[in-house]
Amino acid sequence: MALIMIVMAFIAIYHKSLQVAVIASGIISLFASVIYIFLAAPDVAITEASIGSALTVVIFFYVLNKIRRIDDKK
Amino acid sequence: MIRNSILLLIIAGLAFIFYHELSAYHGNDGLNETANYYATKGLSEVGAANLVTSVVVTYRGLDTLGEVTILFLTAAILALMFKTSHSQKETQKRITSELLITASNVLLPVIFLVGIYIFINGHLTPGGGFQGGAVLASAMVLMLLSISGRKIKHAVLDFIEAISGIAFVLLGILGIFLAGGFLDNSIFSLGTFGELFSAGAIPVIYSFIGLKVGAELSNIILVLNQTQNVEK
Amino acid sequence: MKYFSVEYISIFAGFILLLIGLWGIISQKNILKIIISFSIIDTSIHLILVSVGYIKNRTAPIIDGPVTRADAAQQVTDPVPQALVLTAIVIGVGITALMLSYALKLYEKNKSLEIDKYKSLKW
Repeated sequence: MALIMIVMAFIAIYHKSLQVAVIASGIISLFASVIYIFLAAPDVAITEASIGSALTVVIFFYVLNKIRRIDDKK
Repeated sequence: MIRNSILLLIIAGLAFIFYHELSAYHGNDGLNETANYYATKGLSEVGAANLVTSVVVTYRGLDTLGEVTILFLTAAILALMFKTSHSQKETQKRITSELLITASNVLLPVIFLVGIYIFINGHLTPGGGFQGGAVLASAMVLMLLSISGRKIKHAVLDFIEAISGIAFVLLGILGIFLAGGFLDNSIFSLGTFGELFSAGAIPVIYSFIGLKVGAELSNIILVLNQTQNVEK
Repeated sequence: MKYFSVEYISIFAGFILLLIGLWGIISQKNILKIIISFSIIDTSIHLILVSVGYIKNRTAPIIDGPVTRADAAQQVTDPVPQALVLTAIVIGVGITALMLSYALKLYEKNKSLEIDKYKSLKW
């Protein structure tokens, strides 16, 4: 699981497409929340799963969408 | 390229330091003094089954207040920055599929109920105000996706946020007069351990925190959504 | 084996993620990539903090069922780092939203996300 997280981090930094990078950073948060369950921290796991991997990705996608619209208008 | 190699050298140095720290670390075998106090005295003083909740709401309640203030500032700055584009009219509606509308009509009350359950039971089970607020905000995202045409009133969210913030601070100040200090939870009776209305003011305070966090996060999302709808 | 327990693996993963995020902040040129690196660093620091608070063979700090009231101090993990990380995650999403909106404003003004194009703050 830690290996998957590290590979995802490399994808998040070095991938050309921004959408793929954002989703990779969301997957990092998701696996981190699974690790929190193993570390006996259910509170933190719920928070990380709902905020880190859902809301952050949604906010990123809103901004990407907006940037694409500005490109279209230009 | 010489700049990059210097940076790589710095990163390698940090990695060496981290490796050193990791090899010196040998795991905990007991609670330290503060945590021990919270674990032993927390039950009789606070009465919450979830020790994390008792630390967040009661012992470190002032930090939580500051944290909620930071979220409020974020929402306010976002609203200020994107204020100018609000006056224009939304010209065209995005067409939403029938499937999404039906599914969200079924799912929305359930998601709201789950969020409210999470933050009311924050002192008994894992969960609490922040998690419940985040669940409420994700319900808001679903609502924005499914019904693109309908306007969601900013004023309602602002009202909820202001009322819950004021109630949070008022409950804290009430703690100074009726109990030991700011945000002390024993202004109500502690009740029997393990029931819903136990642990003094913790369920009330945590519900207000949940409402406030949910309103603020959905305010942030709403502002971003509205600005992207306007720029067509 | 000492190094194959849960807390060592998670601390190790946290350190590696922190280094990757730092490298991303320094080396990337795109502003959105830098913000993504910031959120990776956020996650890694939360991981390290929670795993420092973990104690072997103990359960979550909720007094319920197998954990009895009397010897709670012998059976639960450290609740303080968990409470800390709980607030830190929520603050992290606020900071991320703020950075993203500033990036958006910059893009509206200058039509570019490359950080090399912004000369006005260079000295």
